[in-house]
Amino acid sequence: MKDTVKQILKQYGSDRNRLMDILIDIQEQLGYIPKDAIDLLAANLGMSQVDVEQTISFYHFFSTKPRGKYAIYLNDSAVARMFGYDSVKRTFESEAGIKFGQVSDDGLIGLFNTACMGMSDQEPAAIINNKVFTRLTPYRVREIVKHMREGKAVEELMNESYGDGKNQLPSLRSIVSSNVRRKGMILGDDYEMGTVTKTRLTKMSPEAVIAEMKHSHIRGRGGAGFPTGLKWEFCRRSKGDKRYVICNADEGEPGTFKDRVILTEKPELVFEGMAVAGYAIGSDEGILYLRYEYRYMKDYLNEVLENMRKQNLLGKEIAGIEGFDFDIRIQYGAGAYVCGEESALLESLEGKRGEPRDKPPFPVEKGYLGMPTIVNNVETFGTAVKIVLNGGEWFTQFGTEDSTGTKILSISGDCMFPGVYEVDWGFNVEDMLDMVGAWEVQAVQVGGPSGTLIGSKEFHRTLGYSDLSTGGSMIIFGPQRNLLKDVVLNFMHFFIEESCGSCSTCRNMTQVMTNKLTKILNGKGVKSDLDDLQSWAKTLQASRCGLGQTAANPIVSSLKNFRHLYEALLQKDKDFDQGFDMEASVQASCNYVGRVPNFNHH
Amino acid sequence: MSKPVIATTSLAGCFGCHMSILDIDERILQLFDLVEFNKSPIDDIKKFTKPVDIGIIEGGCCNSENVEVLKDFRKNCKILISLGECAIMGGLPALRNGIPVEECLHEAYIGGPTVQLNTKHILPNDDELPMLLDKVYPCHEIVKIDYYLPGCPPRADLIWDALVALITGDPLKLPYELIKFD
Repeated sequence: MKDTVKQILKQYGSDRNRLMDILIDIQEQLGYIPKDAIDLLAANLGMSQVDVEQTISFYHFFSTKPRGKYAIYLNDSAVARMFGYDSVKRTFESEAGIKFGQVSDDGLIGLFNTACMGMSDQEPAAIINNKVFTRLTPYRVREIVKHMREGKAVEELMNESYGDGKNQLPSLRSIVSSNVRRKGMILGDDYEMGTVTKTRLTKMSPEAVIAEMKHSHIRGRGGAGFPTGLKWEFCRRSKGDKRYVICNADEGEPGTFKDRVILTEKPELVFEGMAVAGYAIGSDEGILYLRYEYRYMKDYLNEVLENMRKQNLLGKEIAGIEGFDFDIRIQYGAGAYVCGEESALLESLEGKRGEPRDKPPFPVEKGYLGMPTIVNNVETFGTAVKIVLNGGEWFTQFGTEDSTGTKILSISGDCMFPGVYEVDWGFNVEDMLDMVGAWEVQAVQVGGPSGTLIGSKEFHRTLGYSDLSTGGSMIIFGPQRNLLKDVVLNFMHFFIEESCGSCSTCRNMTQVMTNKLTKILNGKGVKSDLDDLQSWAKTLQASRCGLGQTAANPIVSSLKNFRHLYEALLQKDKDFDQGFDMEASVQASCNYVGRVPNFNHH
Repeated sequence: MSKPVIATTSLAGCFGCHMSILDIDERILQLFDLVEFNKSPIDDIKKFTKPVDIGIIEGGCCNSENVEVLKDFRKNCKILISLGECAIMGGLPALRNGIPVEECLHEAYIGGPTVQLNTKHILPNDDELPMLLDKVYPCHEIVKIDYYLPGCPPRADLIWDALVALITGDPLKLPYELIKFD
């Protein structure tokens, strides 16, 4: 153990900012992070043990106990549950002879739940030792566990054909499908890698690049929609010895998987976009922050980077441009939704708990390691290449006035053709449902759990920053779904699980509101409960980050658009009912002191 | 128009919130001009003698008597206010909520390091005594509460502003600095 840890420490130069990489490597090589390793890390990184421990405890995929030779992480998202999670889970439990959250006595199999892992178009899915298994069925589960008992390697467990597109490449060999169903400027096949670097950047100043970005009016594709050109300009103007370009590939919003597809099919476009950004803001270092769920792409993406270096699209004096040095490395998360928030992501990059920072200062002033930093979404970088290629003016012809360009949607749920669709902004929901073959629709969750749940009355609305804003997640629910129980409650549990716990509003109110929702679902609700939910939701606005501020949205938007579902569950004859039962609540103490409860006395 | 009537009580609290009411200092004279007090430790009226407009509750419910008093307040008051951390969330007494009530009783009367005189291990079981609840409940989990004034204790100015706002019907000022998380 000691040698392994020391070797890993050496590999990262005993840099405490690389604690995440160090912990991931230890976890992968030893199967867990033993206590001795923590002591060793603390001593060698100049940190206290609790500092190391608090980083470990924050992330879902780190463990201080062995997780089994085969660690199985089964996705329990709302979409997974729609497509057979329950039977897959039961089969895993009966075949392995343990419950979820446990490791078998022989240390062979560990069963764990995990949040949405970006496979909503091919659920139920699980991660087994970093390999993704999709479209699981009880039969497949029995087969997989049987093969595990036979001691097969995890690659040998995969007997499905490889997925479509680049999933078949030797360095990827994944059974994941890309399901690209509609191509546009980003997913299209007409671009030759390096064209912008070699034919545009050579003739443009960094300021001119930023000017084109601003002219295009592109807004960030991660969901918040900040103007990208402005962000780059702010960063370029901020003082600092070094600047960083960070690509946010931590897509954790349940129902989103388009970044996975972009990185599978067009990784060179994203990396070139990062280099373009590096040229524009004056940075020589880029980091792709990739969610751990996509670790299976590691070799493939490193191969793409290596290939780009060989072609001088990364490295020193790129495309012969004097002073244009830029390279990219990949760093991984370890399972935390909140790390998609840019300042939490930076904390995680620095090896700490992924808790959002107080703002200001914003990352463009003080970001990674305190230096000016831009954090942009995968899709934004891909789009930037096309903007610089064709000009900002060209870009504005796509989409609408306030939402220019195209948007890549991750569409899942009750439809014939789940997958990834690149459409112009301004697309309306009705057209989208026709496009994906969804003919009987009760509701659509736009923008994931932190977005909006809409019903048929609002299907005329259009996708765009001024109407239905979305980072790309679209989940369709058919009439057979129980929206409150299967969707809203699931989303609330997701937020409870993923709150970083820093602000009391997000840490507590998600739980308190979920308790109330559960009470209503159990038939104990009264009308005032609905008023409470509505008014309590406002307190979440005091939270520090977007996760906290939107954590009540599943309840708020379903209350707004599906109030009748709540009202149908309320008790008609009561105005107030908190379920308090005096007789039951004094029973334990009376038994213990030896007296008979008496309620007529006082 | 007759003056609004106020009642107050302290349930499972420490009387700190009542102290904070007194902390409105000389404004208490103004308060007595504005309102009339009924059942309250402040004037030592033990039982409701007339319908009350505003009931102020300090403390949560840890025993059966607290529950009865609280229900009595709900019956007799048009508006009920939970005053302070204990009434709103259970407060310090609710620290026992994670521990089974049997263990709490054992610690207090039998096993605790400071239990010395109780050599016969007598447990409080007289029928006259209130019965201990399984945990400490915030007031709104027992009866409907209309308003909440947070703090431990709530600042005197907050109590004053809230009462004045209720009596005059003006909206309560809640500047961002007061409610911002950190």
